[in-house]
Amino acid sequence: MTDAQQPIGQDILSVNGLGVRLGDRQVLDDVTVQVRAGEFTGLIGSNGAGKTTLFRVILGLTSASAGEVLIAGRPRSRRNPLIGYVPQKFSLDPDAPLRARDLVALGVDGHKFGPVRPSRERRAIVDEMLDAVGGREFADTRVGLLSGGEQQRVLIAHALASRPRLLLLDEPLANLDLRSASEVVALVAGIAREQRLAVLISAHEINPLLPVMDRIVYLAAGRAVQGRTEDVITSEVLSRLYGHHVDVLSVHGRILVVADVGPQAIDDGARAAAAHVQIIA
Amino acid sequence: MFSGFMVNAWIVASVVAAVAGVVGFFVVLRGSAFVAHALPNGSFAGAAGAALVGVNTLIGLGVFALLGALGIGLLGRRGRHDVATALTLVMMLALGALFLSLSVEYAPEVYSLLFGEVLGISSNQVGPTVALAAVALLAMAVIYRPLMLSSILSEAAEARGVSAFAIELAFLLVVALATTMTVPVVGTLLIFSLMIGAPAAARSLTSRPGRALLLSVAIALAIVWASIAGSYQTNYPVGFFVGTISAGCFVAGRLWAGGWRRSRRIGGQRAAS
Amino acid sequence: MSALIAPGFFSSGPVHTALIVGTAVAVISGPLGVFTVIRGQAFAGEALGDIGTTGGAGAFLAGVGPVWGFLVINVLAAGLMELAGVQRQRGRDLATGIVLGAGLGLAALFLYLNTTVHNTTGAAVTILFGSVFSIAQSSVPIVVVLAVVVLMLMAVAARPLLLASASPELAAARGVPVRLVGFGYLLALALSVALCALTIGAILSTALLVGPAAAALRLSRRPGAAVVTASLLGVGAIWLGILLAYDSYDWPPHHQGWPVSFFVVTVVFAAYLLSGVVGERSRRRSRAHARPAVSAG
Repeated sequence: MTDAQQPIGQDILSVNGLGVRLGDRQVLDDVTVQVRAGEFTGLIGSNGAGKTTLFRVILGLTSASAGEVLIAGRPRSRRNPLIGYVPQKFSLDPDAPLRARDLVALGVDGHKFGPVRPSRERRAIVDEMLDAVGGREFADTRVGLLSGGEQQRVLIAHALASRPRLLLLDEPLANLDLRSASEVVALVAGIAREQRLAVLISAHEINPLLPVMDRIVYLAAGRAVQGRTEDVITSEVLSRLYGHHVDVLSVHGRILVVADVGPQAIDDGARAAAAHVQIIA
Repeated sequence: MFSGFMVNAWIVASVVAAVAGVVGFFVVLRGSAFVAHALPNGSFAGAAGAALVGVNTLIGLGVFALLGALGIGLLGRRGRHDVATALTLVMMLALGALFLSLSVEYAPEVYSLLFGEVLGISSNQVGPTVALAAVALLAMAVIYRPLMLSSILSEAAEARGVSAFAIELAFLLVVALATTMTVPVVGTLLIFSLMIGAPAAARSLTSRPGRALLLSVAIALAIVWASIAGSYQTNYPVGFFVGTISAGCFVAGRLWAGGWRRSRRIGGQRAAS
Repeated sequence: MSALIAPGFFSSGPVHTALIVGTAVAVISGPLGVFTVIRGQAFAGEALGDIGTTGGAGAFLAGVGPVWGFLVINVLAAGLMELAGVQRQRGRDLATGIVLGAGLGLAALFLYLNTTVHNTTGAAVTILFGSVFSIAQSSVPIVVVLAVVVLMLMAVAARPLLLASASPELAAARGVPVRLVGFGYLLALALSVALCALTIGAILSTALLVGPAAAALRLSRRPGAAVVTASLLGVGAIWLGILLAYDSYDWPPHHQGWPVSFFVVTVVFAAYLLSGVVGERSRRRSRAHARPAVSAG
């Protein structure tokens, strides 16, 4: 089953009516998300909106209390080889004896038990992945010594090494400077188009993703709206989502979401709006 | 120095060093230095308990090493890892204190359990040590890749079906096994210092994981051989040499690392990042 | 009542000393322990207790009082750990381990030399386990004074230390000398552990340092409350332990009493386990009250 033969527009990720309760809190409420092959979708929401939980459910790390998650039409299982996951970062000492190419190699077959047999095939895949992310020049550097942007690229290469159909990126831009962030975004968008991957990338800032985003999923207080950017990021839609009035402004091609939160605001919607505004504005 | 009873010492110590180098590589990678100290230290209580009950010391050690591994793994799941390790350790040691106070025979055993009596190894200890070492090394070979993946990217590993908890537990059990096979012959100090000193030095010399693993074993062997030779010549305990030489290797490694880290920073100023 | 408290408990001299010293130790271990748990330096606390062995053995060899041996070696070890370590916990634990390994190696040497030179055995055991009921009365004033000093130092440095422990970047931004504060903490730890290990043994030192603080932090997120709770738990544990150990003097098999360390550690361990259960339940309850239902848009 090669990626080239996939029909254009097939749903790779299909989340329907997802509900997640953690303790006494409804973290996600009736969330529906679809991501198709070759599509670059941004998952936007402030901290606490439920982005991480959604990812964890898709990855099979947290169970849902309602709804379903389908990967390429099949219900998601504990281990899904079709998903490539790019975590935000990893914690290793600078001294750790692991080169970038070793980390990528772990993406190929790191989950298998049994002794390692050095193989030319694996090395070829690693080189290919490193080329795809422009990482050849630091392939032999220790991962602990890489810059934030370089680390992000290695993690992407690691995720791609298992030939996934769906790529999940967990807030990859959070610790990057503007330039690295736009480079990573462009890189991932290019790879998504080339390899017809479905990409879901989470962020709390819309603007770096605006140039390449096909669709957006906007998450607030556990509820979601999905669609094209211009359809979703409007005052009416977001106000309904937050349960509180918000205004959407466009300034120099950048989007600004502003909430009028008075001192008496006590409900969740206003709180969520206020939290998000501080980050976006 | 190489004849008669000393042959046993060389063989057993080399086997111990090999296991310590391999297991230690992951101990350092996972930041589990405390565990590497706590498991052997606490398991000695099992030896005291075994003496009390009249069972073979090895069984006592093994049982307590196993209990320790389970305690640290289970407590560490919910609470802070170093707290779990500390409390499991003191609980085991407190039980050891109890066993010692309840039993009639005394404590010259304690010294050798803590610091080792490499030079007094008998021929019939060689066989079991080698056998247990083989099991430990085999286990490490089997879990090598998932252990690496889980140690570095635990969530990505989970997503690919590698349970962080299961791997942690498996690794703790291997450390417990390594403890059991080494403590009766070389003391808790030897295994601990080797498990962290040798890999810490090795990682400064190479950035490739495979090579770092082999270097870790090589350095551990060198440390052990130097220590046995030193102990033979001066009559000072082997543990003294192991502890101090391991520290020396660590320092040497750090100094060397300072060198290449500086050079990376100078050479690594690139426009892209 | 006499079934619970064996006769002669309240009039026994050694018991008095044990209670006073134990209380002093538990009181300083509470706040120090809270910082230790927050900073993730339980290993350092335990290692310093073990390294005391080296100091004790070295002091014996040199013919000096053990107090000096413990204090000097611990301060030295703290300095080396600081020198060799880095800010991240993994690097710190590795440095701690290396220093511990070297220290224990020296202990092996000193104990060996002691045996050949002074002809003593069993020193290792005593230093490790301590003997609560045979603390010299003359050491009580030193213990109390040192305890007060450590407490005062902590009170003075509490806020910067807390900030530096919880969030080093924020602390640095606010002008707190993070590295210096960290070293100060390590010194306080070294002194405190030397004291504890000398009087009540290394095992109890670690148990009282880590256990009550960890339990307290599970029960209350606020550091002030945690410090008080930790000290109270520690004091409670040591009193209960001393009482039970005293009671056990009539117990089989040897009618010599069961060790204090066993009782105290068991109490501390149980308290930690209980705090996990209680803490989890109260957290769930507070979550239910804090969040009103999200209003449908």
